[in-house]
Amino acid sequence: MAHRIEVRLRPGVRDPLGAKVARAAATHLGFQDLAVSTVEVYVVDGDLTSNQLEQFAKGPLSDPIVQRPVIDESAALLDPDAPHARPFDWLVEVGYRPGVTDNTGRTATEALDLLLGHEGPKVYSARQYLLSGTLTETDAQRLASELLANDLIQTTVILSRDALARRGRITALVPKVIETARIQVERIDLERSDSDLIDLSRTRVLALNVDEMKTIAAHFRNPSVQADREPFGLDARITDVELECLAQTWSEHCKHKIFNAIIEYEDRSGEKKTIESIFDTYIKAATKEVRRSLADRDYCLSVFNDNAGVIEFTKDWSLVFKVETHNSPSALDPYGGALTGIVGVNRDPFGTGMGARLLFNTDIFCLAPPKQHSDLPPRLLQPIRVLEGVREGVEHGGNKSGIPTVNGAVVFDERYLGKPLVYCGTGGIMPSRIAGKPSHEKAARPGDHVIMVGGRIGKDGIHGATFSSEQLHEGSPATAVQIGDPITQKRMFDMLLLARDEGLYHSITDNGAGGLSSSVGEMAQQSGGVDLDLAKAPLKYSSLQPWEILVSESQERMTLAVPSEKMERLRSLAQRYQVELSDLGTFDASGWFTVRYEGDVVARLDMDFLHDGLPAMRLRGKAAAVSGQDPALEDRDPNRTLITMMGRLNVASKEYWIRQYDHEVGGGSVVKPLMGRDQQAPSDAAVIRPVLGRPEAVVVSNGLCPRYSDIDAGAMAAAALDEAVRNAVCVGADPDRLAALDNFCWPDPVEGPDNPDGAHKLAQLIEANEALYNLCVAYGIPLISGKDSMKNDYRAGDVKISVPPTLLVSVVGRMLDAAKAVTSDAKKPGDSVFVVGTTLRELGGSEYLAAMDEIGASVPRVRPKEHQACYRAIHQAIDRGLIRSCHDCSDGGLAVALAETALGGQLGMDIDLRSVPQQGEQNEVSLLYAESTGRFVLTAAPDAERELADLFEGLPFSRIGTTRSKPRFLITGLAGASVVDLDLDAVGAAWRTTLNL
Amino acid sequence: MSRVQCLVLSGNGTNCERETAHACTQAGADRVDVVPIWDLLAGQHQLDAYNFLCLPGGFLDGDDLGAAKAMAWRLTMARTPSGQSIAEQLARFVTEPRLVLGICNGFQLMAKLGLIPNPSPIDGGDAQGKAAMTHEGHEPAPQQQVTIWANDSGRFEDRWVRLTFDQDSPCIFTKGIEDMWLPIRHGEGKVIYRGSQEEAFVTDNHLIPLRYADPQTGSPTEIYPANPNGSPGGTAGLCDPTGRLFGLMPHPEAFHDATNHPAWTSLGLKGRGDGLALFDNAVSWLKRNG
Repeated sequence: MAHRIEVRLRPGVRDPLGAKVARAAATHLGFQDLAVSTVEVYVVDGDLTSNQLEQFAKGPLSDPIVQRPVIDESAALLDPDAPHARPFDWLVEVGYRPGVTDNTGRTATEALDLLLGHEGPKVYSARQYLLSGTLTETDAQRLASELLANDLIQTTVILSRDALARRGRITALVPKVIETARIQVERIDLERSDSDLIDLSRTRVLALNVDEMKTIAAHFRNPSVQADREPFGLDARITDVELECLAQTWSEHCKHKIFNAIIEYEDRSGEKKTIESIFDTYIKAATKEVRRSLADRDYCLSVFNDNAGVIEFTKDWSLVFKVETHNSPSALDPYGGALTGIVGVNRDPFGTGMGARLLFNTDIFCLAPPKQHSDLPPRLLQPIRVLEGVREGVEHGGNKSGIPTVNGAVVFDERYLGKPLVYCGTGGIMPSRIAGKPSHEKAARPGDHVIMVGGRIGKDGIHGATFSSEQLHEGSPATAVQIGDPITQKRMFDMLLLARDEGLYHSITDNGAGGLSSSVGEMAQQSGGVDLDLAKAPLKYSSLQPWEILVSESQERMTLAVPSEKMERLRSLAQRYQVELSDLGTFDASGWFTVRYEGDVVARLDMDFLHDGLPAMRLRGKAAAVSGQDPALEDRDPNRTLITMMGRLNVASKEYWIRQYDHEVGGGSVVKPLMGRDQQAPSDAAVIRPVLGRPEAVVVSNGLCPRYSDIDAGAMAAAALDEAVRNAVCVGADPDRLAALDNFCWPDPVEGPDNPDGAHKLAQLIEANEALYNLCVAYGIPLISGKDSMKNDYRAGDVKISVPPTLLVSVVGRMLDAAKAVTSDAKKPGDSVFVVGTTLRELGGSEYLAAMDEIGASVPRVRPKEHQACYRAIHQAIDRGLIRSCHDCSDGGLAVALAETALGGQLGMDIDLRSVPQQGEQNEVSLLYAESTGRFVLTAAPDAERELADLFEGLPFSRIGTTRSKPRFLITGLAGASVVDLDLDAVGAAWRTTLNL
Repeated sequence: MSRVQCLVLSGNGTNCERETAHACTQAGADRVDVVPIWDLLAGQHQLDAYNFLCLPGGFLDGDDLGAAKAMAWRLTMARTPSGQSIAEQLARFVTEPRLVLGICNGFQLMAKLGLIPNPSPIDGGDAQGKAAMTHEGHEPAPQQQVTIWANDSGRFEDRWVRLTFDQDSPCIFTKGIEDMWLPIRHGEGKVIYRGSQEEAFVTDNHLIPLRYADPQTGSPTEIYPANPNGSPGGTAGLCDPTGRLFGLMPHPEAFHDATNHPAWTSLGLKGRGDGLALFDNAVSWLKRNG
């Protein structure tokens, strides 16, 4: 029988988790005056002696000083509250659904095995929340469903105190997967009508369109294909394993069909052209062009053909970087989605080349403003819940993996209500040569074993690749959601780094979207084929069908190609490091992707058809005219405006997030997210030393400005790249040694009855890509990796919510001497304040106009020649040690950049707007809040002015004021009169508190 | 002079082993080995071969059952293939002129193993889970006397804090240090004693070598955020009466270089980081006494 161990705090011990839940109940759901205490629950699925149970309960499961365990009793009833505490009114117990990753349960199971000295029963975890307050049953249910549990992955038990008292205790229920399915391989006849083909695609969540389904049907109709299949016991019908494998391999997520489509395009001026593959035409072409002009200075090592991009860092080290999105899962379960997002993208650099040691994470979230919606469409979660879930998922994923979160951004816009964008990036470093060979190269060879390492396979994540290739709807599959397990992954990484350095494998890749189908499929391209037996894969539970094993996206798995002679050594390493390893088959050069189950062939696909058989999509892109006007700019109360702007969600300090992420583990941190005397100054970019004791540093920055898409997606893309570059330049990166990643999150750009403006969205995608190409080539910045997510829409009935076209550009750069890094905070009173870059009347899409519910028309443009000259001059100035602070002007323009510089250094400022380099018709509002690109606020010692002026000769550069010890923020306007006169504390009040949730 | 042989224990969720090893090397240790816990369990490495054990920060077993709880259990229960108890190795290690430094998760591990403040049991009292914790070895099983509990805020936090040091503490690591800024990065850092007896033992013997301090005055504080977790009296670490066993929540290894400090650009800091002073003290003590 099963047993329950409940662990409750001893009387008088503070329950910070309970208090945190009570706070959230108040702020998220308006339940004031609620008291919450927590009880940890462990369910042991097997018989133990009472002595064993007691040892287990008092040993690993409870802390003798603060906790008290009870066995097969109710802690809530038996362990009375401390005298001053209120008795509970409702009990909510939250456990996991069968098959959902239960990290605490896994650790408890290992602890029990140690006690017994052998593998014992499994242990499952749950948590009780004891709620005290005036609550109805409906209230308790609401707290359970909207705060404490996510119904997709968790189960709840809700009991009043009386009901629990009547029962005496909660019976131990084991959330074990007990489903026993007969293993079978379905054979599917594709000789059916178009509408039946589409039905098939929809019901199986294949996300294939009718042309793709017909291409597959035609392939299987081919007599020579049929003749090839016959000896293996297969007929003209496709097996479910084959169909799922094709759907995964051909998914938008994996094949980037839209980026590779043939597009008939008509631009804003009515000019028409055909674009064959946006990816080839713009992204790859930009990199090719830049690499050509870099010639022997080219630092790209591996671009676009591995899980992440690789560039040379120093002669001895290669730098690996990748940014991914995890939007769809995060919409359904923000915590699990974001956690899986971060531990998932960790595997990309780890699975690049021969494998990189992970160095940093960078996370960017696009979210709906955290306010309560009384009438949310089905399946959507309250924005505050998404925000908290995503934040916590990344916290657990990053912190527990020991990877510092060094930089990031949060952007708020109502349109992210339907799908939040969760960008997770990870950088890694590897010796440039491993075992005498370049580390960024790898290839599985015929005869190598197909080795899967790490976690086991369950139903979690099935159809992740295909599900993310369609819009979110009421019937979106719950199995696409899963929870990551950072510790299992870390054990695997620790072991694999040793295996890498011993040269135990020829190739490595991660199991992410598409699972084995994708990882083995990709590696089989290196050798020329594979023969795999799914029955050899270790499962979490026995009821998986072969096709499910093949496409499951269960986390924490890598696939290796291991030569026979290294197998024994690898096995012994894995055993010692408690990492599971299984031998699934052999890579070969047969030209076939052969999959077996217990020896029987269940899939046999021609490698060429599998990887190249997908017909190119044909799409239409047509730019719609955008009409907008710039509103009049006048400001009757500039003091109040500044305070308001500083408190805007997109401007306010992100300290709440930053503090909860470990941003310095690893010991290489030089510029952290918050710097300065009070640790309040927001950094433009991160600076990290990857090799301790060496002076070289990696610079990481991001840029995104989705609102500009409302006017011009091309301007949006250029501004995003420019912002990322400016941020990197601010801290000291060499502008001539940068590499960028592009990450497109778009609303569905495929025209259709459900999507009438698809052609416009596709045109926006083309505009963005053209702009990105142009600026990359102008700046000489190669794109080294990227990602696209093309279905960021939500639909339920008539409600459709689409994200604004959003491009995130992430940049990595280099400093040869980290000790020259510069931060954004003003350093000394009496220093001169300078502005670099020209301010134009560019408020279109600005934060200022957003505050007035306007969009405007004059969107910021990038002027590459002028900007690049400024960036190089700044770099020179930093290199010579002339600058004391440097801060980028972006959201909120010059006003925000000046205020942040002053706040970061806790110094006053005296600024004169008449000296700001400017063009065109201006007033105070446009000078303060325009978001013209290419601009910086610098401070420097007064005696540096001359040398700086020489450096910036012929460039927009001028001294606009002075820092003061008196904490007063003063701005003089164009007419010579004071326009802003505020205490520094007043400037910073809303900035500090708005997002302190 | 003795050779300083340092073992930095890694694996299963530790994540500060590299910078901890770097700090030991910077301080002049003769040999620094980062040893995976699995190699210790497999009997591939013996604690006896070293005289300085560093337990670095991280999330052992994900802190799933409480900070470092599952690892404390593992070390208590595990035996090498030849039947040697790891707990016995550890008990032997701490009785000799050797040093143990536990940082953050390593401090939590030391507390849960009963290594601090007193590795010898204070009394034969009712240690919880004693039945399981007792081993057949020659050394008496240490008992847990303090725990490190969840921060009052309920949050994990990364921020730099000011620390003030007890000049009368026997702690070998903190000798001569008066004031220092270091980062804290934890969700569970509040020290709670089993009872008043343990608390008195600690205060009477000056076993709190460092406390969270008000950034302006430098006096010990219980006020958030200068005190990040609500630890009583600002307790930021504990040592044993010999001063050889020391655990602390802040991360001295994370301040091995001046540029680690969040205000290094405004304070004009250069060169070595202040945190190395703790490692310097350990290494020079071992050279003299190890």
